[in-house]
Amino acid sequence: MTKTVNNKAWFFVLPVFAIVAFSAVLPLMTVVNYSVQDTFGNNQFFWNGIGWFQELLDPSSQLGEQFLSSLMRTLLFSFIILLIEVPLGIAVALSMPREGWTVALCLVLMALPLLIPWNVVGTIWQVFARGDIGLLGWVVNRLGIDYNYTGDPLDAWVTIIVMDVWHWTSLVALLCYAGLKSIPDAYYQAARIDGASRWAVFRTIQLPKMRRVLLIAVLLRFMDSFMIYTEPFVLTGGGPGNATTFLSIDLVKLALGQFDLGKAAAMSLVYNLIILAICWVFYTVMTNVDAGRERVEA
Amino acid sequence: MARITLDHLAHAYKADPRTAEDYALKEINHVWSQGGAYALLGPSGCGKTTLLNIISGLVRPTRGRVLFDDLDVTDLATEARNIAQVFQFPVVYDTMTVRENLAFPLKNRNVPRDRTARRVEEIAGLLDLTRVLDRKASNLTADMKQKISLGRGLVRPDVAAILFDEPLTVIDPHLKWQLRSTLKEIHRALDITMIYVTHDQTEALTFADKVVVMHDGAVVQTGTPDELFERPAHTFVGHFIGSPGMNILPCRVEGATAIIGSTMIPLRRAYRTLSGGEHIELGIRPEFVQLQPKGAGLPVQVRRIDDIGRARIARVELGGRPLAASVPDGVSIEGSEASLVLHPNHVHIYANGHLVAGETSGGRAA
Repeated sequence: MTKTVNNKAWFFVLPVFAIVAFSAVLPLMTVVNYSVQDTFGNNQFFWNGIGWFQELLDPSSQLGEQFLSSLMRTLLFSFIILLIEVPLGIAVALSMPREGWTVALCLVLMALPLLIPWNVVGTIWQVFARGDIGLLGWVVNRLGIDYNYTGDPLDAWVTIIVMDVWHWTSLVALLCYAGLKSIPDAYYQAARIDGASRWAVFRTIQLPKMRRVLLIAVLLRFMDSFMIYTEPFVLTGGGPGNATTFLSIDLVKLALGQFDLGKAAAMSLVYNLIILAICWVFYTVMTNVDAGRERVEA
Repeated sequence: MARITLDHLAHAYKADPRTAEDYALKEINHVWSQGGAYALLGPSGCGKTTLLNIISGLVRPTRGRVLFDDLDVTDLATEARNIAQVFQFPVVYDTMTVRENLAFPLKNRNVPRDRTARRVEEIAGLLDLTRVLDRKASNLTADMKQKISLGRGLVRPDVAAILFDEPLTVIDPHLKWQLRSTLKEIHRALDITMIYVTHDQTEALTFADKVVVMHDGAVVQTGTPDELFERPAHTFVGHFIGSPGMNILPCRVEGATAIIGSTMIPLRRAYRTLSGGEHIELGIRPEFVQLQPKGAGLPVQVRRIDDIGRARIARVELGGRPLAASVPDGVSIEGSEASLVLHPNHVHIYANGHLVAGETSGGRAA
């Protein structure tokens, strides 16, 4: 097959380049610009080279130590979130009705948490989990469990994780449900004729057919949880201490709290690169599993 | 190995069926004998798949019983019946190799590993799948996948019947013949009852020894392909089977004469039993109606003549009614006036759609 080469095509993508330049490249360049300079106010900037990056990536410095612990916290958070939300989402999708009026009801109920603004989610849980007036906090304390998310780091973590699970499991479940709905009835009927158990049906039909939507679900949930800001900021403000200071919260404190523009810019870039790198790894691994399968077949 | 009996079977998808229209499958009594090759033929939505799913146990009938030999299996789950089914769209387990696919039904039934392996090799040989046994099933062609589906049925040594639900729908035309002859070979090699659902008359007539024609949830005729062609028991069968289908003309019958408009057609049999109330029709296949140059025979108007390859079919009008007739080789028609010659042995009379037997008139066997 011969490809038609037509350089006029560049002309048509030019507007896209222009828009992307203004919306993404230029702002990014200002960040790059800040990341290599230092300022003491008065809009005077001094060249600092890769100094901020060196400090940031050196765990023995104060900035480096702070960055590393926030990074570890964020990674742990994303890991726990994926570990809970993906299996739970699959389980919810599997137990949703396949037909009848209850389908619509379930879909609407499931979509509700996704429609709530993030800071409202934070506020809801901030009140809900309070030991004195919040229903959840009050009940848990009444049950004899000493629970106080503003004072105890573990309680704060549990609260944020439960909040995120409540907020985002629906997304995974809805994606999986869409994947399940696309499986023709004949597969289930064939499985019954082949005498497959419930578990075998899940392993051999449902899970393989959900693989593609699961890839999207894992990517979305990883990116979003790794970038989480609003909900924990509203709920705990990063505390108690630094217990729930994730990278994004750390970054905002640095940039807008302390106004350390250079450090914050360097941190943004590294943060961005980490997300890109991890997503690339996820994507490559999961699509390679696919491609590997096809190569065996070919 | 079993004879399958359908005893007063009926099914409605509605919860509370009252009238006949509520039933997707109207009452049916039928025996599928052991080792037969059957086709279940009918247009989409006539209840074929419902009937098939009742036999395999995927659907529980509203009324009646299903018997395998003398055992009532109506309440038995699909997996407990020794039945296999091949669906319209090929079903393979994507993550498994062809070998694992074929072994799957045996693995689920805890058959020992060495016996499974032997059986898989045997069936793969039969279906010509040996060279792809260790490939993943997901990227094979549709006809290969359909063979795997079939293989998963055949691999179980206890299988009494294999049900096919329009299995060639997604297969390339040039592979359809091949796969169909594979099915016939397997039917000959193994003593298995096969029930083949299709809406394609060619598939049904070439595959089956016995064809069951369904229409609107009911069986209208069961017979060999010849019987269906020669003596359709219902105008639907006449119309549905054959290409083009049977000519059906409303008429009056007086003794041994049929009257269409003002045209008299002599019949081989007398029909004295017909009362006045029924809707009477005359049926004759285009193959038995010959178009001749204007002369003796029924005068008709020729509309057009189609060359369909192996024959020429004339579209004509008899007393204002459209009719298809065959044009014998060597006959050429000038103008629009021509005559029809009907083969009297192949003229059938239908009352309310059903074939009327008639009595042999004048002592001649018809």
